[in-house]
Amino acid sequence: MQWETVIGLEIHTQLATRSKIFSGASTAFGAEPNTQACAVDLGLPGVLPVLNREAVVMAVKFSAAIGAELARRSVFARKNYFYPDLPKGYQISQFELPIVGRGAVEILLEDGSRRTIGVTRAHLEEDAGKSLHEDFHGLSGIDLNRAGTPLLEIVSEPDMRSAREAVAYARKIHQIVRYTGISDGNMQEGSFRCDANVSIRRPGGELGTRAELKNINSFRFLERAINFEIERQIDVLESGGKVVQETRLYDPDKDETRSMRSKEEANDYRYFPDPDLLPLEIDEAFIAAAIADLPELPDVRRARFVTEYGLGEMDAAQLTASREMADYYEAVAKAAGDARLAATWVMGALAGALNRDGLDVTASPLSAQRLGGLLARIADNTISGKIAKQVFESMWAGEASADQIIDQQGLRQITDSGAIAGIVDQVLSDNAQQVESYRQAEPPKRAKMLGFFVGQVMKLSKGKANPAQVNELLKERLES
Amino acid sequence: MHDKTLTELAAGLRAGEFSSVELTRAYLERIEQFDTDLNCFISVARERALASAERADARIRDGSADALTGIPIAHKDIFCTSGLRTSCGSKMLDNFVAPYDATVVARLEAAGTVMLGKTNMDEFAMGSSNETSFYGVVRNPWDRTLVPGGSSGGSAAAVAARLCGAATGTDTGGSIRQPAALCGITGLKPTYGRVSRYGMIAFASSLDQGGPLTRSAADAALMLQAMAGFDPRDSTSAQQAVPDYSGQLDADLRGLKIGLPREYFESGLDAEVAASVQAAIAEYRHMGAEVVDISLPNSGLSVATYYVVAPAECSSNLSRFDGVRFGHRCEQPKNLEDLYKRSRSEGFGAEVKRRIMIGTYALSAGYYDAYYLKAQQIRQLISEDFRKAFGQVDVIMGPTSPTTAFAIGEKADDPVTMYLSDIYTIAANLAGLPGMSIPVRPVAGRPVGLQIIGNYFQEGKLLNVAHRLQRESDWHLAAPVGF
Repeated sequence: MQWETVIGLEIHTQLATRSKIFSGASTAFGAEPNTQACAVDLGLPGVLPVLNREAVVMAVKFSAAIGAELARRSVFARKNYFYPDLPKGYQISQFELPIVGRGAVEILLEDGSRRTIGVTRAHLEEDAGKSLHEDFHGLSGIDLNRAGTPLLEIVSEPDMRSAREAVAYARKIHQIVRYTGISDGNMQEGSFRCDANVSIRRPGGELGTRAELKNINSFRFLERAINFEIERQIDVLESGGKVVQETRLYDPDKDETRSMRSKEEANDYRYFPDPDLLPLEIDEAFIAAAIADLPELPDVRRARFVTEYGLGEMDAAQLTASREMADYYEAVAKAAGDARLAATWVMGALAGALNRDGLDVTASPLSAQRLGGLLARIADNTISGKIAKQVFESMWAGEASADQIIDQQGLRQITDSGAIAGIVDQVLSDNAQQVESYRQAEPPKRAKMLGFFVGQVMKLSKGKANPAQVNELLKERLES
Repeated sequence: MHDKTLTELAAGLRAGEFSSVELTRAYLERIEQFDTDLNCFISVARERALASAERADARIRDGSADALTGIPIAHKDIFCTSGLRTSCGSKMLDNFVAPYDATVVARLEAAGTVMLGKTNMDEFAMGSSNETSFYGVVRNPWDRTLVPGGSSGGSAAAVAARLCGAATGTDTGGSIRQPAALCGITGLKPTYGRVSRYGMIAFASSLDQGGPLTRSAADAALMLQAMAGFDPRDSTSAQQAVPDYSGQLDADLRGLKIGLPREYFESGLDAEVAASVQAAIAEYRHMGAEVVDISLPNSGLSVATYYVVAPAECSSNLSRFDGVRFGHRCEQPKNLEDLYKRSRSEGFGAEVKRRIMIGTYALSAGYYDAYYLKAQQIRQLISEDFRKAFGQVDVIMGPTSPTTAFAIGEKADDPVTMYLSDIYTIAANLAGLPGMSIPVRPVAGRPVGLQIIGNYFQEGKLLNVAHRLQRESDWHLAAPVGF
């Protein structure tokens, strides 16, 4: 039977402000428990929240980045529920009037097709603390360092139809929040968390009952959790059961989702406007100042890479995946003087080496300037691509520039036609039998046989002979 | 010494007639003498007060003293005081010591006042008689069988009994004005946002406002001067300059237009209280004011509206009292739910629980529109009534409370009747307007309050109007027998 999957995502992204959304306490990660929680974060009696201006600036940036309707007036509301790591017994969030309204992002799928995914809204809110259930001899510990950390909750339309689309959308949002600098997007530290609403239906039919999947902290887990959940729901429906509306927890160790609470057990959050905070009103001057330093956004940059550097769409997408990678690439291209060569090397040798050593591009031991210097030597025929690989490895391991390594190791390409002719003649006389077979072979077979002679010449020249010249000269001698 | 107003005390301190330490000792002795019986204070900070008085005397000697330097005052136990317990009248916070001062406390401290202690109040400011306090009832110094009003009953009774020079209070639905009326003193609830709410334990955040309880309007002007002003820690505090209140006190009242809302003089108002209020208004006529009949057509909805909005906000504000981080925690909780249920059941009194339940209900899914949202709409209508009225008149006058002080226990078991004692004061909170109560001619030895409501940020005008009556009369100077 045919089933269609319908997925919507709620993404909580931690905003990169220095202090909390309603207090002056630091938001730095990893401090000793409860050392970064002030009276306001602790919810002590009588304290009041004061909105962090920077968090608003960041929400405005996000809104501009996804072309959303920005609310000139938004309202903070209290979401009431009891939990030990929620100090006030309510979370300050936005409910009826969020700061960011309808917007959209475009995702590029692996087959090169594009889809537009709607963003319903994004709202500012404070994070809760953390409950620690280990190491307390039957008691629970509470760490309120995270309480009051600013979050932007980004809610999508139910526009995704597969786990892959959901991952592509999540990556797109991740890319945007990182480009705009409003979040570090660090998933291990919980700065970017996804909840997925998943349901299945007959193609084009009524929406099915959804389950909300929580606790997903990587793109890989997002894909696995959704796929598990789709299978589970299909099994339930095809065996005559009903999907119940519930919250399910993804367990990455067992690769399954488990029921956490049903709709009946769900809280009535009793939302109402927070009387401690005035409605948030922002004017055009505030917006203009907030978006003044917005960088070139990823989609725009990708399109520019296609037109300006002549790159393919997928290559441009890969190179603009992160702002840092795109910056690195552009610096390499500039230093190398050859944008396509730069693309090949950044996506090939550099990406491979970074991946091998588990490094981010910002931690690359090879700076864009140095890599560009190497590529410039390929472009001007000083070395061949093959020699360049060798130089690349030396540069990766050390401090020297491409030119220094080329000189020290004597790797300069032989372009002197007399010198190349000498080597070619040597090879031809050493391999008289092969020369004979070549000359007797049908022309279509000759191309393959030519490779043997090229290989011998390169071997004899220690890889330094200019391959184009070698090819040309060999053909000339063999055909004569 | 204890019978002097703040203005007189300040002059005496300045002239060296007595020191702040002497004055502080005198009040501490009076507290010792009378308070076992009256129960105005939850905490008395004897040593701290004397140390602070010594610092004040030094300031007076070196000439750096402000108007209030050296004056002993008391704070309602709803204002957090660093290092001194802040109970809010509740068992829940019997063990709570804040690590910070409320802005009101800090400002009055900076002005050089001496804090004698913290005054009794209805639990979490929920009550009109001071009978809901975990620390017991406060007795009205005019007649110890009567309530002092509430929720700032301890502050009002302490000022009336001359146990302090002045006191702070908070007013969510009448909690400064009603006890001021029942204790025969002057009480001022400023415009919402005039005085910072930081460090003032929240009951209903959109209604709560701190203000002074004093012997006279001139004293209230001095106190408000120190308390008012923008506070970056309270987003709802007003970024509006604070005028010189004392400087406006004597302005002439000829041509002043006083509005009398007919709804404030209808059934439910004690006839003798009405006569007393009318007599005071007649005085204003003599001073050249013009009296205009007005209507506030939605007044009848005030109490109902208030008892949706205030409980709704309190149900959320009081969620933080969960036994997890501070305050009362039950013994040996079996699990999280048990911890919550027992800590809160044991820590809160009956009236607080009643309001949490009403408020939780009013905000629940399916009821929100019918209760909370509807109440907010009516609140707009009530504000609109006042807006129209202030197009016609400068101030509005009427009774503060429908009756004089009632007997302890008389209304304690009848919440609805109790709620009606704030029928004339609640509207000013719903609209955010400043309101004042000043003593007028008593009825059968029991004080009566005249309420004066002004337009937004017109505290100066209210104080002026009140002061002019106090220049012409001495009702505000009368002390309860024996004090």
